[in-house]
Amino acid sequence: MNFDLAEEQRILKSAARNFLAKECPKEVVRRIKESEEGYSRDLWGKMAELGWMGVLFPEEYEGFGGSFLDLVLLAEEMGYHVCPSPFLPTVVLGCLPILLAGSEDQKRRFLPAVSRGEKILTMALVEPNTGQEVTLPSVNAVSDGGEYVLNATKLFVPYAHMADCFLCVTRTREGHDAQEGLTIFLVDAKAPGIRLTPLDTLENDKQFEVVLDRVRVPQENILGGVDRGGPVVGDVLTKAAVARAAEMVGGAQAAMEMAMQYAKERVQFDRPIGSFQLVQHHFARMWIDIHGARYLVFKAAWKISRGLPGGIEASMAKDHAGRVCRRVTTLGHQIFAAVSFTMEHDMHFYYRQAMGGDLAFGNSDHHRTVVGRELCLSDSPPPGPLVPLS
Amino acid sequence: MDFEFSEEHNQLKREVENFLKGELPPDWDEKVFSWPGGYGTMPHTELEFEEFTKNFQLKVGERGWHSLGWPVEYGGQNSWMKQAIMDDVIDYYRAPHGGVADWIAAPTILQVGSEEMKKDWLPRIARGEISFWLGYSEPNAGSDLASIRTSAVEDGDDFIVNGQKIWSTGAHVSDYAWLVARTDPRVPKHKGLTLMIIDNKTPGVDIRPLVNICGIHCFNEVFLDDVRVPRKNVVGEVNRGFYNLMLALQYERLVAWTGSYRRTFEDLVQYVRETKRDGAVLGKDPIVQHKMAELAVDLEILHGLYWETAWMMDHGTVPDLEASVLKLYATELSRKFAGLAMDILGKYGQLRRGSKWAALTGRVCIGYLDSISGPIGAGTSEIQYGVIAMRNLGLPRQ
Repeated sequence: MNFDLAEEQRILKSAARNFLAKECPKEVVRRIKESEEGYSRDLWGKMAELGWMGVLFPEEYEGFGGSFLDLVLLAEEMGYHVCPSPFLPTVVLGCLPILLAGSEDQKRRFLPAVSRGEKILTMALVEPNTGQEVTLPSVNAVSDGGEYVLNATKLFVPYAHMADCFLCVTRTREGHDAQEGLTIFLVDAKAPGIRLTPLDTLENDKQFEVVLDRVRVPQENILGGVDRGGPVVGDVLTKAAVARAAEMVGGAQAAMEMAMQYAKERVQFDRPIGSFQLVQHHFARMWIDIHGARYLVFKAAWKISRGLPGGIEASMAKDHAGRVCRRVTTLGHQIFAAVSFTMEHDMHFYYRQAMGGDLAFGNSDHHRTVVGRELCLSDSPPPGPLVPLS
Repeated sequence: MDFEFSEEHNQLKREVENFLKGELPPDWDEKVFSWPGGYGTMPHTELEFEEFTKNFQLKVGERGWHSLGWPVEYGGQNSWMKQAIMDDVIDYYRAPHGGVADWIAAPTILQVGSEEMKKDWLPRIARGEISFWLGYSEPNAGSDLASIRTSAVEDGDDFIVNGQKIWSTGAHVSDYAWLVARTDPRVPKHKGLTLMIIDNKTPGVDIRPLVNICGIHCFNEVFLDDVRVPRKNVVGEVNRGFYNLMLALQYERLVAWTGSYRRTFEDLVQYVRETKRDGAVLGKDPIVQHKMAELAVDLEILHGLYWETAWMMDHGTVPDLEASVLKLYATELSRKFAGLAMDILGKYGQLRRGSKWAALTGRVCIGYLDSISGPIGAGTSEIQYGVIAMRNLGLPRQ
C-alpha cells in the first residue's frame, strides 16, 4: 500500500503544472477556444518537446516508455488548467488502438510523427441513434475489390477539422454485439467523400459531425483485422474514460481552490463568507468529492498500468468523477455568486469542462449500469475492495 | 502508487481470519447485528455478549493484536496499517472490538501519560484484560463538550467527582471510565478540564440503563456521587484534559467498519443475484443495479480513505483531515446504505430478526434504526464539517 507518487511521477506532475501555468493562463485558454483551430500550434509543439504525446509509446517509436498512470497525471494537469488541445483524441483515441492492434508499418507511420507533434488523430465512433452502448447496429463498410467503401454519419468527433487521420469504427458484419463485427479503419482526412460540420458545444471543444460518403479505404488501413475492432475500441474507451475522469478531477480541484481563496477574502456582513456554516459545508463536501474521485481514478489507472483488467474500476471512476465534478463546479459558481455568472469570470470553464467530461465516453448513468450489471448479474466476486485482501 | 498489500500483511489477515473462524460460534451471525457505521449494535457493548467478549479480548491480547500500532518499546509493532488490517477482519466477521481501550485510552496514554501510568495501564490494555467506557457527554454537553458540569475537586491525594454522564456506551460491561471532568471552574471552559480514569467499582458510581431505538441496551446514564479518584489516575496534566482529548482523535477515527460494510454488502449482492421478484432476479432491475453500483463506489472510496489514513499514520504525517473525513464518510454512508438496502429488499426489509419471511436475518431492518446513531455519535456530522472546514481547510472562524 503506497499513496505516494513515485519520484519521477512527482516531477512529471509538477513540471506539467508549472509549464501549463506559464504557457496556458486563462487569456490563452480564451483565445484558443475562440479560434477556429481550437488549439495552439505553439503550445502543441512545446508539449511535444516535453515528450507528452509519446509518454506511453515504447522508445523505438520515439516515445518515453511511460505508464498509463503517467498519462493520467498529465490529463489531470491539463484539466486543472482547462487546457484545450487534441491531446486526448490524438494520444488515447488515436494512438492507443494503433499501439494495441496496429501492424509494425502502421505503428511506424503514425507514432513517431505524433510523438514529434506532427500529426493529430481522432476517432469517429458515435452515430445518430447509438445509445450509451455503441453497438452500431447497421453495416456501413463493405468490401469492394481491394478496398472497403464506408458510408456513415459520425457525430461528436473531436478535432475532426485538424486531424490528419480518423480512426473510423464501422460495422462490417451484421450483428448487435459491440464485441463482434466491428472494424477500425485508418481514414486519411483528405480522402474524397468526407464532409465536416462543426458542432457548437457547451464546452466549446471542437466536436464535429463527419459524414463519410462512399469513402474508399485500402486494405492496409484496416487496424487489427476485419470484424475484430470491437475489443480494441472497448479497451481504448475504458482508458479514455479514466483519462477524461482525471481531467475532470483536475478541473474540480482548481475550481475548489479558486473558490476557497475567494471565500477567505470576500467580506459580507463584516466577515469573510468562508466563516458561514453553509459555505464551510460546501467546501468540506467539495474536498471529499474530489478526494474520492481522485482515488478512484488513480486506482483504475494503477490497475491498467499493471496490465490488469481495470474495466470495472474505470467505470466506477468515470461514474463518480462525472457526478461529483459537476457538483463541485456548480458549488464553485455558488460560492462566487453573481460575479461568476459572467463570461469574463473563469469559473464557467470548469463548469463546462465537468459537463463535457461527464458526457464523453459514457456518462455517469451508463457507467453506473456497467458496474451494476457486473455486481448483480454475474457470478464473479464483487469488484474493488469487495475482494478479500489476499 | 500501489494498492496491493504486502505478503506480510496478507499473512496477518489470514491469521486473524483463521483465529476468528475458530473462535466465533457457528450461529454468531444470527446473534449479533453489528450494523456498519452504527454505534448501537456493537457486540462488545452488550450484556448478552459480555462473557464471550471478555474471553475473546484476552485471546486477541495473547496474539498482540490490541497493540499493533504501538511503539515497539511498549510491546507494539509500530504499524497502524497492521492494526487497520486486523480491525478490518474483525469487522468482516462482526467479532467484538477492543473499543475505547484500544481506540482512545491506549493512544492517549502513549502520548501524554506519565511513565508510571504507561507501566500501570498499557500492558493490561495490550493483554485485553481491561475495558473502558467513555465519560464525555452530559445532558447539557454533547457537541459543546467544553460545557460539561461534572466536577472534580481536590481532596488531599484524590479528586472527588460529582456529576452525571450520558450516552455511556458499554459502561455496564466495562471496568473503567475514561472520563473528563471540570477541575477549575474559574478559567475559560475548555482550559479547566481534566481527563481521568475511574474504576467502575468505586462507591458512588451508579450506572442506569438506557434502551436505544434498536431495542438494545448498549448505553447508559451514569451518576457520580462523591466518587473518590486517586490523583495517579489523572491522564496527562490537570486542566489539560480538553487538549489531551483532541490528541487521540486520529486514532479514534480509524474506526470505519470497513469489513462490516463489505460483508453486509456481499450479503446484499448475494440476495440480489438470487432473489426473484415478478419472475426475474432483482439483479435484472436497472434501478437495483444503479443502487448497488452507487454503494459499491461509496464502499471503495471508504476503503481508500481508511487505508490512506492508516498509511499516513505510519509515514509520519498526521492525517487530521483524512481522519475527520473518514469518520464523517463512514457514518453518513451507514444511513445511505440502510436506506438503499431497504429500497431493494422491499417489504421484506421491514421484518425483524426472528419473524417469518425476514430478509437477511433482519440485519438491514435493525440497521435502518442503528444508522441514526452514526452521524450523531463521536462528533456529529455538523461538527465534523466544521472541523474539516476550519481546522483542516483553513477557512475562517466566525
